[in-house]
Amino acid sequence: MTTLDTVKHAESTPDTEQPWAELGLKEDEYARIREILGRRPTDAELAMYSVMWSEHCSYKSSKVHWHYWKENTTEEMRTKMLAGIGENAGVVDIGDGWAVTFKVESHNHPSYVEPYQGAATGVGGIVRDIIAMGARPLAVLDPLRFGAADHPDTKRVLPGVVAGIGGYGNCLGLPNIGGEVVFDSTYQGNPLVNAMCIGAMRSEDLHLAHASGVGNKVMLFGARTGLDGIGGVSVLASETFSDSDSPETGTGRKKLPSVQVGDPFTEKVLIECSLELFREGIVVGIQDLGGAGLSCATSELASAGDGGMRVELDQVPLRAEGMTPAEILSSESQERMCAVVKPEDVEAFLRVCRKWDVIATEIGEVTDGDNLVITWHGDTVVDVPPRTVAHEGPEYHRPFARPAEQDVLQAATPDLLSRPSTPEELRETILTMISSPNLASREWVTQQYDRYVRGGTVLSQPCDSGMIRIDEETGRGVAAATDCNGRFVKLDPYTGTQLALAEAYRNVATGGATPLAVTNCLNFGSPEDPGVMWQFEQAVKGLAEGCRELGIPVTGGNVSFYNQTGDTAILPTPVVGVLGTIDDVRRRIPTGIGNEAGESLILLGETREEFGGSEWAHVVHGHIGGTPPHVDLAREKLLADILVAGSRDGMISAAHDLSDGGLAQTIVEMALIGQTGARLVLDPDMDPFVQLFSESAGRVLVAVPRSEELRFTELCSARGLPWRKTGVVVPESDALEIQDVATLPLDELRTAWEGTLPALFD
Amino acid sequence: MTAKVGVITFPGTLDDVDAARAVRYAARDLLAGSSHEACEAVSLWHGDADLAGVDAVVVPGGFSYGDYLRAGAIARFAPVMGEVIEAARKGMPVLGICNGFQVLCEAGLLPGALVRNHKLHFVCRDQWLRVENTSTAWTTRYEHGAEILIPVKNGEGAYMADEPTLDALENEDRVVFRYVGETCSQGRTMGAANPNGSRRDIAGITDPTGRIVGLMPHPEHAIDALTGPSDDGLGMFLSALDALQGAPA
Repeated sequence: MTTLDTVKHAESTPDTEQPWAELGLKEDEYARIREILGRRPTDAELAMYSVMWSEHCSYKSSKVHWHYWKENTTEEMRTKMLAGIGENAGVVDIGDGWAVTFKVESHNHPSYVEPYQGAATGVGGIVRDIIAMGARPLAVLDPLRFGAADHPDTKRVLPGVVAGIGGYGNCLGLPNIGGEVVFDSTYQGNPLVNAMCIGAMRSEDLHLAHASGVGNKVMLFGARTGLDGIGGVSVLASETFSDSDSPETGTGRKKLPSVQVGDPFTEKVLIECSLELFREGIVVGIQDLGGAGLSCATSELASAGDGGMRVELDQVPLRAEGMTPAEILSSESQERMCAVVKPEDVEAFLRVCRKWDVIATEIGEVTDGDNLVITWHGDTVVDVPPRTVAHEGPEYHRPFARPAEQDVLQAATPDLLSRPSTPEELRETILTMISSPNLASREWVTQQYDRYVRGGTVLSQPCDSGMIRIDEETGRGVAAATDCNGRFVKLDPYTGTQLALAEAYRNVATGGATPLAVTNCLNFGSPEDPGVMWQFEQAVKGLAEGCRELGIPVTGGNVSFYNQTGDTAILPTPVVGVLGTIDDVRRRIPTGIGNEAGESLILLGETREEFGGSEWAHVVHGHIGGTPPHVDLAREKLLADILVAGSRDGMISAAHDLSDGGLAQTIVEMALIGQTGARLVLDPDMDPFVQLFSESAGRVLVAVPRSEELRFTELCSARGLPWRKTGVVVPESDALEIQDVATLPLDELRTAWEGTLPALFD
Repeated sequence: MTAKVGVITFPGTLDDVDAARAVRYAARDLLAGSSHEACEAVSLWHGDADLAGVDAVVVPGGFSYGDYLRAGAIARFAPVMGEVIEAARKGMPVLGICNGFQVLCEAGLLPGALVRNHKLHFVCRDQWLRVENTSTAWTTRYEHGAEILIPVKNGEGAYMADEPTLDALENEDRVVFRYVGETCSQGRTMGAANPNGSRRDIAGITDPTGRIVGLMPHPEHAIDALTGPSDDGLGMFLSALDALQGAPA
């Protein structure tokens, strides 16, 4: 039997050796904790500080660069923001009295260790962030990155991740409306599982999590607390997978895996229960329990409120016997929430929880003191200023420097790679490209996700963006897209990140919605590598300045560092999520052609010879080098304006963005999705290869009904948007004809496009 | 008379809002088309042994109580299900969709069982069905042999029964929907018809009276081409409202 390490005990035993290093703390961090407290921390305090000061929770390596967000968010950009960085999730006003909240988070490392549960609990965590804002979660999107498609371990990781996302999200009743699946060998030992959730509420129902009001009760509700996920934050999500032994469990008991296990049914009930609590007006604030569990929830609630809080840890309902205070504080058992409730509302609170069969327990109250005081059967085991745990963690000024090899990389341009030139070679290249793992149909994945539930999904994969109806009366809806081409970011982190922003922005507009706000999930290698830190700094700067140019604010984000295997970092992957709104979803622009009797195909934007970091260079030559495509955000903005105007006035019958794989990929997808043939007439003055496969940004292929063609092209010319009539839709044809190049039967294209992922993963 | 269609909500039910919307859309169609009286959707809570005076019941899709044991195995014991079973035996029209179909099988109102899909994955896609019985309370609006496009989405959707039961279902004309043609997604054809390994391609069946129907695909997700692959599913709700309007009050 070990003695309880109380505050009193800590004061009397200042020289006790503590396992701060094993918990991921640096020597100076441990010293600082001692300085803050004026004594050594107790076991429980050490557990709290170590998880809350981990990279994952404290953003200690990244927050030194946050000034870019502030500097680049103008007052005008703020006007539509109801909540921004620092809250559980960003919130924007979309009009008609609706507020929409959205956020993306990473669950990368757990998903490599245990793909199903890692991905499932990633969905669970982001959904609870949305609930904590008072919103009903309405849709999810999942940006995913995996190692080489044909690597044996990818066959373990990908099916598990996809099944986990489906298994959890489908059971919650949230339509999955988009995301990405990208393969690259740099993700082999380090897949990326990012999860985004969108929720909506009436603007007046917005709730920010804080614990104010002396005497208000702290209620814990949802699942019981167990031994799962202990040390998940500090050990797993930070540095390394090995050595997950934590000294707190030195009682000879077997520790459960650090990856948490999800129970989606409990979460579904928790959603309904929380929404009813908000509706009834019986909570002051709600905070979800995610990474760092109760340590995080209690310190953040107290820190954001008046500061003082008392918690009786022995009141926490447990699912394992003999848990220590430190274990209870750092457990990451899923499906738990914490609420602050006025004393007179406690009975009503418990009644709602009983209705949903949700366990709810009063664990403490807001006090007029300054400290967060946690007791265990009457003995004080934690007595800390909550801000020092939650908001005043360490801040590193890590060195960053453009790596010398960056010049070598940029000098290795794709100009000398051998290109297809004859019609036969071009035809072969088209088939090779559309069947390559990054360009092939995602049906094998998206078929495992419910996209229909709730009956409001208007666009979903394989469309450029997902779109859902928010208001059944007015038809108002929101659209979202996530994007990032890591090769572009590798070649030039600043431009590459702006290209990710441009693509997500463009994808939202391609569906007919007006882009409004930005979130991000910045996945990078080790911050201890100055080259990685330089990529990161450039990415943040590029994104912040890009958002300013587009006039849409960054409302929140997430950083995931240490995504590397040994010394090899992943491609820098700052996933950018853009949210947009549309007045009436009936005006949405579909992706497939053949919706109208006669349609012309018009290519908006300019095509240049740009193959640095392109999918063609990657697939055909395994090459990455040169510089990424030119980015022109003013042009992107104009393009979006035209697309939104075209949708509003019924001038566009289909649209699809040009990105990975270029024009060839876009027209093939439009034809296959619409099950309609088309004829493409290329510009005789430009290399057909460049026209078909270049990845110049700022381009969208639109189908325009003949009757609208003149009006639409005049609009483009008047606004100064370059356009070129590139072909026609041929409803009676079962083929895609690229004049003077090839005629490709749709069946042949379909077999190539759809066969790849089933062949790899079935 | 205002016909009332009850939609049951278990704690893990997901498609109750969709089913209620389908009833509303059907009611709106009826009002626009004729002198029919109003119809409304009524929410029924799993824990209440009370049908609130409804005239028909939809048991919608979802995961009832989590379905960790076996889909629908616990839901059939819910207080509200006792009432549904009793009312159904007296002739009240009941439609079980997906998880609702699983619940009706577990409750013994329909024969057979739904088991894990043959490929073991959850499958969500647009699916062609053939309507093979147009005399049930839920299918009179369809033409015999009509092919309709309805989303299917399930992990445990493979219909199973012993051979004599399957023979009896066919001989008694109790197979209401069958998976046919090529499957579709986003309007595109996708390959083999049967999405989950159901015996004899059975997608939906009825009891001997034709009042109780269960099917795996989701007609409530096919009531508007904006949000579904078609509006072919609306016919099931219109059929039921016809049956209720025609019945003596």
